[in-house]
This record gives sequence, C-alpha cells and structure tokens, in this order.
Amino acid sequence: MAKIKSLEDLKKKKEDLQKKVDLRERADQPEHFVQIKVGMATSGIASGAKEVMDFLMEALEKRNIEAVVTQAGDMGYSYAEPTIEVTRPDEEPVVFGYVDTKRADEIIEKYIKRGELVDGILPQNYRTIDEE
Amino acid sequence: MANYKMHLLVCGGTGCRASASDSIGESLKQKLEENNLREEVQVIMTGCFGFCEQGPIVKILPDNTFYTQVKPEDSEEIVQEHVIKGRQVERLLYKDPEKGEPIHDARKMDFYKKQIRIALRNCGFIDPENIDEYIARDGYFALGTVLKDMSREDVISEIKESGLRGRGGGGFPAGLKWDFAYKNESDQKYVVCNADEGDPGAFMDRSILEGDPHAVLEAMAICGYAIGADKGLIYIRAEYPLAIKRLKIAIDQARQYGLLGEGIFSTDFNFDIQLRYGAGAFVCGEETALIHSMEGDRGEPTFKPPFPAESGYLGKPTNVNNVETYANVPVIINKGAGWYSKIGTEKSKGTKVFALAGKVNNVGLIEVPMGTTLREVIFEIGGGIKEGKKFKAVQTGGPSGGCLTEDHLDTPIDFDNLLAAGSIMGSGGMVVMDEDDCMVSVAKFFLEFTVEESCGKCSPCRIGNKRMHELLERITQGKAEKKDLQRLKNMSHVIADTSLCGLGQTAPSPVLSTLQNFWDEYVAHVEDQRCPAGACKELMRYEIIPENCVGCTACARKCPVGAITGERKQVHYIDQEKCIKCGACVEACKFDAVIIK
Repeated sequence: MAKIKSLEDLKKKKEDLQKKVDLRERADQPEHFVQIKVGMATSGIASGAKEVMDFLMEALEKRNIEAVVTQAGDMGYSYAEPTIEVTRPDEEPVVFGYVDTKRADEIIEKYIKRGELVDGILPQNYRTIDEE
Repeated sequence: MANYKMHLLVCGGTGCRASASDSIGESLKQKLEENNLREEVQVIMTGCFGFCEQGPIVKILPDNTFYTQVKPEDSEEIVQEHVIKGRQVERLLYKDPEKGEPIHDARKMDFYKKQIRIALRNCGFIDPENIDEYIARDGYFALGTVLKDMSREDVISEIKESGLRGRGGGGFPAGLKWDFAYKNESDQKYVVCNADEGDPGAFMDRSILEGDPHAVLEAMAICGYAIGADKGLIYIRAEYPLAIKRLKIAIDQARQYGLLGEGIFSTDFNFDIQLRYGAGAFVCGEETALIHSMEGDRGEPTFKPPFPAESGYLGKPTNVNNVETYANVPVIINKGAGWYSKIGTEKSKGTKVFALAGKVNNVGLIEVPMGTTLREVIFEIGGGIKEGKKFKAVQTGGPSGGCLTEDHLDTPIDFDNLLAAGSIMGSGGMVVMDEDDCMVSVAKFFLEFTVEESCGKCSPCRIGNKRMHELLERITQGKAEKKDLQRLKNMSHVIADTSLCGLGQTAPSPVLSTLQNFWDEYVAHVEDQRCPAGACKELMRYEIIPENCVGCTACARKCPVGAITGERKQVHYIDQEKCIKCGACVEACKFDAVIIK
C-alpha cells in the first residue's frame, strides 16, 4: 500500500474512494438527489430494464450527476416496459415508458439536467397510501 | 472498482454475530454468486446498528430497507425477491411496535428519528476492517488538518471551546485535561484510551471499537500531537475479542498508510499505538487503577493528586480519555467547535450514546443530543415499556448511578440535571424497570456488583458495602427492622464520604436513590413483610383461591416437592412450609386458581 504523505494525498485518495460509500451516503437523504426507480419485475427485465439500469448508473456517474438509482417492483405499466420513475429534488415524480438506452440518454440530457419533458411520459393515475 | 447497484449491510457487531450474522453474510454472498450478481451487489459486514433487540439486522441501500431477525436461510428469499425482483420481503421488515405495521423505509423508524449520530456516525455504515471506507468518510482528515494548519495550542483550545466532556462517567472537560498534560513538561508523554467498559449493560465503547476503530486511533493521534506524546496505549478488556481483532487490523492498516508511525503526513510528528489487555475488573475503569494495571501492578486506585496528567503511566504525564470521548474528536476538528457546541445544553455539549436495556421494547444503542428528555428516550426511541406494562423507574449510570422515577421523565438529560436528580450520566447505561421490578432487589443487584468488584484496598468500600448488602438481603427476606433503614442511610453517607476512589464513593447511589424515591416499598418489606412488586421470593406466598379451583390435580402433579394436597374434584391446598416458590403450579393451573401474594 502506498503511504499517504500529505493532506493532498489523502484528499486524492478520498476522491477515488468516494464511490464506495456514495450510494450509502445518498441513501440517507435521497430527497436531495435525483431519484430514479427502474421497474425490475419479470416483464421489465425481459424487455431490457437491466441494461437500462446499468446504462443509467454508468452515464450518471460519468456525467457527474448525483443520483440514487434503485430497482423497484412492477409499476403496473407492463405495456410500456421498461419503465422508469424519475424524481428531481423537490418535484413530483414522472414516469417514463418504453425506455431503452437511447431514450435513457435523452432523459438524462433533457429532463434530469434541464427539466425539459421528453416523449414517453406515462400518466400517473393512482395515489399511494403515503399520501392519505 | 466494481460499480455496485446495491449494498447489503449486514451487522457484524457482537450481538448480531451471536445470532449467526456471519453466516448470513456468507450465504448472501453465495446466493449472489449463484445468480451472477457479485459484480452488482456488495455485501458489507458493518459495526453495530444499535438495534440489537431485533438482530441480526440486514439493511439494504439505496432503498433503505431494514430487515430484522434475519436467519441465514432467509438469504435465498432476499436475493430472489429483493435483489432480483425489487420486492421487499414483507415478513422480515421491522414492524412498528404500537401499530404492528411493517415499516418500508428505515428512515421512518421512531428508533432512528430522534437520534443524531456523531460518535456512532460510521457504526453500521462502513466496513470497520477496511481503512478505505473510513477515509471515504473523511477519515484522517482531522489529523491531516491538525498537523498541517493548527498549532498544538489551537487544537487544545478547539477542544475546550467545543465543550466536550469526558464520556466515561466523570464528565470532566476534555480540553482542560489535554491542557494539563500539555503543560506538564517531560521527555515522554502518553495518550491512553480507556476501553475498560465495565458497567453492566453498557456496550457503547465496544460498539464504537467494533464499528469504527479508526475514529479512536485518529483522535488519539490528534491528542498525541496536542499534548506532545508519541505513544498511545489502548487499555481494553480481554473480554472484547472482536473489538481487539478489529483494532489490530485498524492499527495495522493505519501503519501501512503511514497514518501511524514516524513522520506522519511528512511532518516530524511520530505516533504509534499499542494495545494493553485488562482482565475485566470494574475498578480498572478508574484511571489510576487502569494505569497501575497497565504497568503490571495490581489494578488498585491511588490517591489523586497527583493526577495522571502530571504523573501517569510509568510516572510520565498521561492523558486518559474513554473511547466515546475520543470518537467525538475528529468530528469536532472537521466541523469546528462552533458547530459542535450548538448541539446539546448549556453545560453539556454534543450528544451522548446510551445503552438502553431492561423492560423497554427497543433494547439497543442510541445516540441523542444532550438535553433530550428521558421520556423521549424511553417512550419514543425505546418504543415504550414491554407488554404494555407501567413504567416504574430508570436506572442511569450503572452501579454508580441512581434510580429515577416518573417525576423525572421530563428532565432534559445532561450531566448536571442527572446529578441534581440524584443519579449520574455515568457511561450511559440505562436500565428501564416496570411495575414487576422490586426496587429493593434492584438496589441489591447493583450493590452486589460493586461488592464483587471492590478491589479491597480501602475499608469503607470493602467492608461497608458488604454490610449494606447484608442489610438489603435481610430486607428482601422480610427479616429486617425499621431501624435498619436508617442504618442503611447512615452507612451510605459514610461510604460515599470516605472511600478512596469513585467506585466506593458512588457505590451507595443505587441504595440512596431508591430509599429516597421508593421509601414506601422499603417500608412494606420491613413492616408488612410484603414485596409490593411481587418479586422477592422469600416474601411471596403461593395460594389457591378456593372459588376458582376445580380440583383437576394438575398443580399437585407438577409440584416438585409435593407441597400441594387435595382430592380429585376437591379444592387443593398449598403447604407453605414445604413450598419452594418455584411457580410450577401457576403455570400448570388452567383456571387461574393459583395466585401470588
């Protein structure tokens, strides 16, 4: 193991290691970050949700966007799989359907970065018990 | 580095390991392997989550799922359902004790809502056996900053301004202690960490060492720089094998990174740490006794002054702080004394870790800001009294502390308030008692502990506590007189006034505080030979209510000493001379005919 010889060394090391605990630290207060839920039920996986999730995690990291990507169960939009739900900090969640890696890229560039809506938004027509 | 999508945190504290959390970690890894997920999902063995009541704990991030009482065989379902399909395993979720509903998001648990975690910041969050995880959490930054930008005086005044007080029991201002050691000139000085946690039921120091050992090492190095010491010693009881193992790993890794050793951060500051093992004697938590034990002598206290800051280990200036105190130091340096001193009350700054035990729903380790009330701790974080029974008292500060009652529930907890209420903060033990607990027996229990742990050096402690214990024994047997209560009081005061060290001086506290708060209960034992809580065996009588007895003979057949007589279909009778009060008849009776008087 290389010795840490200065505070700068330590800072650099920390930056390299930050990734190790990023996921855990963000999970503590996900509301401060972009939260993305990927529907990963059987139908989602069959239509490529796993590739989309991999792509999202990699792309977000490369583009320096702090986000919490989680997998969720079936969101109910089986006709539109893979589906992802994106929540920007302090905003209402938006669900996108028919997401492949190309569209995921578009969602990151337009919606996540700038808040512009893109095609494929699914109407949210339910309430959850948390809102009661 | 693999880019993990999901982290499975498995508690690797002593409590959860006792329930096979090791094999849970292993079998999770194996199941992930079988499903080709090792590259995507990381399993981390962490330190204690504090929620020991419901262990073993598995926490899943980023979705904040909190699984309790997990068994190795559950890992298949966790991997298949949660990891692969994204569905929480409902039956393993923590359930709200009042409503019985599963909680889907750990951040909504009452247990964690009121807590602020400073000393426990990394416990249950990082892998304690991996220095990289500590560094990723700003580890060793405080040490780097101190060596680069702060003078020794700066460090000491920062600690002074933070208002940090010793967490081991005494509550002495840590900055002042460092200052004394700094001012005493010597060719050699020592930094000692007191990890001789001895209060029954307290385990915060063990959890910190098991869950975040580097925090203590870093703080000791900072202290070494401030007071001018290049040697650190951790006095730890051999009864803490896991903490010792993790400390050894941590010291080794810190040395490899050059964060311990010579020329740390390319400065001329040298610092290294060694372990010293204790045999687990309570008195060795007292700093002079601790130092003698480290020197290879008997673990007996000596008169202060001279304080260790003047003449400590091998006669050299020595700074002794306990584990939890040190664990606060890196945060104070990183975030500043101003930030730290905003938390807490006027004279007690920061947070305190409490080990919540006894008749409370959520037994475990919690960290709350000073000034939190006992009610918040017991009823909100602790989830109230078990089985809906009535709260009776809470013993704080272990065998050196006192019992507080319902009247004290709204007292904000800090060093001075607890002292004023007749107890102490101590190291943070908190034992909750309900209506079934006899306060005389509680006092007797704690005194029994001090009698056993007394080193025997001074007579008030050695003989006095023994005599007091005998008196309490007689009270619980119904053989005492009213005069004995006054005797107890007198002896308590003499022992407190004349004992050499803290152990003896505080030994009568449980007796004094129960005498004061539960006088009627003592009187009932003495005058009516009755134990109101129904806990003192000798004062109990098992009787059969004739109206309820159907003469089924179940109790007579169960009685191991043949004390119950009666014909079939006739009312039975218990011979009090023969009865050994084992309670077998109560369990055998299906008609609630046997009662305890």
